[in-house]
Amino acid sequence: MSEPITALGGAVSQNGIAKVAEAAREGMITLRGDVTSAAVKKALKSVTGAAMPGAGQMATSGSYTLCWMSPDEVLVLCPADTVGDTLTALQNAAGTAHVLVVNVTDARASFTVAGPLAREVMAKLCPVDLAPGAFEPGMFRRTRLAQVAAAVWMPEAERFRIVCFRSQARYVFDVLCVAAQEGSAVGAFN
Amino acid sequence: MLILTCPVCGVTAEETEFHAGGEAHLKRFGPGSSEQDFEEYLFMRENPRGVHFERWRHVYGCGKWFHAARCTTTLEVFGTYPAQTLEPPADLCKSISKKRPGWSWREFS
Amino acid sequence: MSARIGTNGRLLNRDRAVTFSFNGREMRGFEGDTLASALLANDQMLVGRSFKYHRPRGIVASGAEEPNGLVNMGEGNRFEPNQRVTTTELFDGLTARSQNHWPSLEFDVGAINTKLARFLPAGFYYKMFIHPRPLWKHVYEPFIRQSAGLGQAPKEADADTYEHFYAFCDVLVVGGGIAGLLAARAAAQSGAKVIVMEQTPHWGGRAPVDGGTVSGSPVDEFVEQIVSELDAMPNVTMRTRTMGAGVYDHGYVLGYEQLRDNAPEKPGPRHRLWRIRAAQIVTATGAIERPLSFAGNDIPGVMLASAVRDYLVNFGVSAGDRTVVVTNNDDAYLTAFALNHAGLQVSAILDARSIDSDSPAMQQARGLGIRVLTGHGISTVKGGKRVSAVEVCRQDGNGSVTEEIACDAVAMSGGWSPVVHLWSHCGGKLTWDSDQAMFRPDVDKAPTGATGAPFVKAAGSANGLMSLAETVSDADAAGKAAARAAGFTPKRTKAPVGESADEAPMQPVWLMPAQADYHHRAKAWLDYQNDVKVSDVQLAAQEGFESVEHTKRYTTLGMATDQGKLSNINGLATLAGALDADIPQVGTTTFRPPYTPISMASVAGEARGDVFQPIRRTPMHQWHEANGAHWEPVGQWRRPYAYLREGETVSAAVNREVLNTRRNLGLLDASTLGKIIVKGPDAAKFMDMMYTNMMSTLKPGKCRYGLMCSENGFLIDDGVVARIDEDTFLCHTTTGGADSIHQHMEEWLQTEWWDWNVWVANVTEQYGQVAVVGPNARKVLETLGGMDVSRDALGFMEWKDGQIGGFACRVYRISFSGELSYEIAVDAGQARAFWDALMTAGEAFGAMPYGTECLHVLRAEKGFIMIGDETDGTVIPQDLGLNWAISKKKEDFLGKRAQERSHMTDPKRWKLVGLETLSGGVLPDGAYATGEGVNANGQRNVIGRVTSTYYSATLERGIAMGLVLDGPDRMGEVIEFPGTQGATFKARIVGPVFYDKEGEKQNV
Repeated sequence: MSEPITALGGAVSQNGIAKVAEAAREGMITLRGDVTSAAVKKALKSVTGAAMPGAGQMATSGSYTLCWMSPDEVLVLCPADTVGDTLTALQNAAGTAHVLVVNVTDARASFTVAGPLAREVMAKLCPVDLAPGAFEPGMFRRTRLAQVAAAVWMPEAERFRIVCFRSQARYVFDVLCVAAQEGSAVGAFN
Repeated sequence: MLILTCPVCGVTAEETEFHAGGEAHLKRFGPGSSEQDFEEYLFMRENPRGVHFERWRHVYGCGKWFHAARCTTTLEVFGTYPAQTLEPPADLCKSISKKRPGWSWREFS
Repeated sequence: MSARIGTNGRLLNRDRAVTFSFNGREMRGFEGDTLASALLANDQMLVGRSFKYHRPRGIVASGAEEPNGLVNMGEGNRFEPNQRVTTTELFDGLTARSQNHWPSLEFDVGAINTKLARFLPAGFYYKMFIHPRPLWKHVYEPFIRQSAGLGQAPKEADADTYEHFYAFCDVLVVGGGIAGLLAARAAAQSGAKVIVMEQTPHWGGRAPVDGGTVSGSPVDEFVEQIVSELDAMPNVTMRTRTMGAGVYDHGYVLGYEQLRDNAPEKPGPRHRLWRIRAAQIVTATGAIERPLSFAGNDIPGVMLASAVRDYLVNFGVSAGDRTVVVTNNDDAYLTAFALNHAGLQVSAILDARSIDSDSPAMQQARGLGIRVLTGHGISTVKGGKRVSAVEVCRQDGNGSVTEEIACDAVAMSGGWSPVVHLWSHCGGKLTWDSDQAMFRPDVDKAPTGATGAPFVKAAGSANGLMSLAETVSDADAAGKAAARAAGFTPKRTKAPVGESADEAPMQPVWLMPAQADYHHRAKAWLDYQNDVKVSDVQLAAQEGFESVEHTKRYTTLGMATDQGKLSNINGLATLAGALDADIPQVGTTTFRPPYTPISMASVAGEARGDVFQPIRRTPMHQWHEANGAHWEPVGQWRRPYAYLREGETVSAAVNREVLNTRRNLGLLDASTLGKIIVKGPDAAKFMDMMYTNMMSTLKPGKCRYGLMCSENGFLIDDGVVARIDEDTFLCHTTTGGADSIHQHMEEWLQTEWWDWNVWVANVTEQYGQVAVVGPNARKVLETLGGMDVSRDALGFMEWKDGQIGGFACRVYRISFSGELSYEIAVDAGQARAFWDALMTAGEAFGAMPYGTECLHVLRAEKGFIMIGDETDGTVIPQDLGLNWAISKKKEDFLGKRAQERSHMTDPKRWKLVGLETLSGGVLPDGAYATGEGVNANGQRNVIGRVTSTYYSATLERGIAMGLVLDGPDRMGEVIEFPGTQGATFKARIVGPVFYDKEGEKQNV
């Protein structure tokens, strides 16, 4: 067994108007099931400590975060080294409830875009209103980023997290760097 | 380019987040069905000037299929609703009637 | 001559001189100049040659409507043709060259066309070059192509970058003139989020040039004040150098921002395309002055009156020393006054109107000592490359010259047309205003949006309100109305009050003089850029082109890059006159975006170069890259086609890989193959619907090859299914099918069987998968150590979880090559390390990586089909001899009903066979086999085609598969495949399995 690696080995670019970086490896688990049902909600809460968030939202408790993907899918973020245990715990906690719990940690790549102009960089690629007030920490949005599917959220003001498919990691990193290139500040959200 | 509201996740987004999926409320005919029923199910489609019901998928969002009632001439969207139904919701039909009195589409009106 | 004068020039910074070059000649201008104003300041009135007749052409306008002043800009990888001089900001080092001439601008051979103009009327090309037919392709077209075209195509790739920006607002105001600014303020005061965009670098539009007062302040001061007010409002975004390019469905607007066309040395993107969603849109796009149609109206020095005024007031440039103003309205008098005020000579004002008493403007002109001739116009402009005089005539006559006035500039005004383009783009209708002789927005027929409500409002002169007073109040009202429609409550403030001089009504003049003979009409230009004259439109009408859309295409009126901004209304009126119809009855052509041309690169945005498309890479991509991979695109994936060694050809590499895999050990990166988990109490039932095979009987721990068909019966995908446990299956799909089959499953679960308890998840990218193939496959795994992979512990078509070489993995004993083969999945984060470990341990066993072409050869040798080769969307499993994989016990599966149709059960459907050339060579891919007789079109009947064809290094001959009529019944027969260039290939029909027919090698 060797140490698992991320798609781009922690690529970073900070020559432009925002810092673009591949995020550290984080555990990701997809749970498919009726996330509105008491049984599934309870299972999620008992394992992660977090309450199931509403549509378009995310909820964090300690080192666990639940992201609302659809009415029958939740993405669980957890420390990479606890994925195996969390998988088992979720499966057990669900009991007889019909769920599919699967590790997708390595199926994804994840990036951060940080800085005062982070919103502008993202708004060049995503057809989403990312103006202050319209998009804020706590929200979780699946959308299109340039030509690929992505999920985006703001862990804090002036910082975005982006999750995409692992095979598209290079494309997403490169396209974020183009959007963050020097001299490309828009001045739309000031 | 249209904007649509996904009735599943509640997001209002531009057309590039969605994928059009043809006519809504098709009834499947499988083995044992007549040639005519099967032909109609597989190939015959409405092409109305005006009120139309179609399938869309929120492909870059929650991934769910839903239905939209739309005017093919003005592109007005009368409403969207989840795909797990055999017919358009009654209140939607009523609100279409207000805007397009006398409309009909297949067996619905 | 045109020249810089010491006064005026409100937009100039005279402290900063700028050097530029035109046709290689160094010239000087000032910061704030446009290229047009700087050229005029250097007495460069002549800027190009016309498209068809190569007539000398000068600058006509001062803005986006300019038809003549198009130049080649820049050099090398920043070269761009057809740049408008009137909208190009001057910068230090700018280089421009004029277009459409040979050998030079001053002396042009093509100008002979103007002498031949009589023989080049509308439709000339259609009439002349149609017969004899063959000459078109080989003689006429090449010749015409050489002389046609506007500007030159760039030869080098564009060095710049471009981007998009998604913006959302409640009210979008297009146009930053006085109307746009007022509408923006009125809307923003309600709290609505407002974006206001202006195509030029300056706010205020025409108002500061035309003068007047708003709420007691001079209009230029009022503009400054309102701009600073808007600047201070946090809910307002203001963009200059941003053109509203198009209005589309549901409030979608494209804004074209030119970020550094005026400063190429600055870093960052060159253009930004704003993709805006607005609840409400106000088009405050102003109006464009119309030319007058008189003979010689295209001679350099004849300009729009408003342009002459703009160059003087904005840039301190006089268009000429002696100017004749010719008009049908009062507005053009402002030009005469401005010239007079600057001390320049106005030789006469020729006013085509016949009115009983002088208007205030006429009185003022006469008071200044300017000669005013009412009821008069221009018979002919004299001059070649520059105006030298005008011949004056009565407007109501036939052009008899009453006198000649020497001059070097003519300022013409035929009235104004509101810029209704953006109003019209998404379906806004127009109404004809006969008093002002203009089409204006029909406010009752605005474009409607997603809710069915109108979403566009026009304001100011774009709405047909031409006086400052009307414009100001209309704009304020439009801004408030837009805010209200967007769900806000506008402030109850009084609109500002605009005041300007009273004007007498204009009188439409569509031809000058009204009774002009053919000789004059054939020199009166409507469309400068495409060289369309009054006589051409009249000829079109005479020849029966009564629809404006047909006339437009026949004459090319309004079809140039300016899209008829100056010519449409004049052309329409000319056509109406020729048809003896009213203008509104003739109708207008449709306005389509963009308003002015935008760069193609801005449309592409960031999608160019390395990020033109999202290339997908497996976890082993870098290893492949470093080890000679010759790439094959498979969808958006890049897969190694073969790994080339130093000096090796591609085919040699493939042959080497084939032989090595058959003899020793081959490693394939199979990560791209789709992996979909299907789980739930109803999973088995669902799998039975998805696959043609019976999947519910598959035992946990076992694998089964399965086929998927569409509801139409055609084969869409195949792959090995592994049953994980009672409730769970793992489906392998083709590389291309990973996403589509996942979506296919979701679609059926969501829209048809939503009550079934099944969840699916696409886990394709969670794993790196390696096929370990060949006689030494087991040995290398045993060397790495770990789980038992012996024949007894892991039989053919079984799978097991375990670990190999310390890597947690799932091993499938399946084979797409006919060899002993293991496909091993590990987490993607460790896939590269696992691959490296296999390569290292494999060294002792002759391990080599192999690519997709080797994979294809290996599978073809075994007669295995490939989706996309043996299938093309019209092939059913039965065609491929795969009946064994179609369950007869199942009541239903996708495609079952369709396969019962008569065409699908027709015994004459082509069926899969193997093909061996008699020569041992390789059949051409896709070749058709010919049979007896001919079809209804006289073509030879075809009886089959090649679906896969390769050189088999194993068998040292060409092998192929194909679909052939009655194929399985014709074993041993020889059929013919005509190739290209007369070649014919003869091939014998054989069974599709060429190698290890008993299948013993995979089963060891």
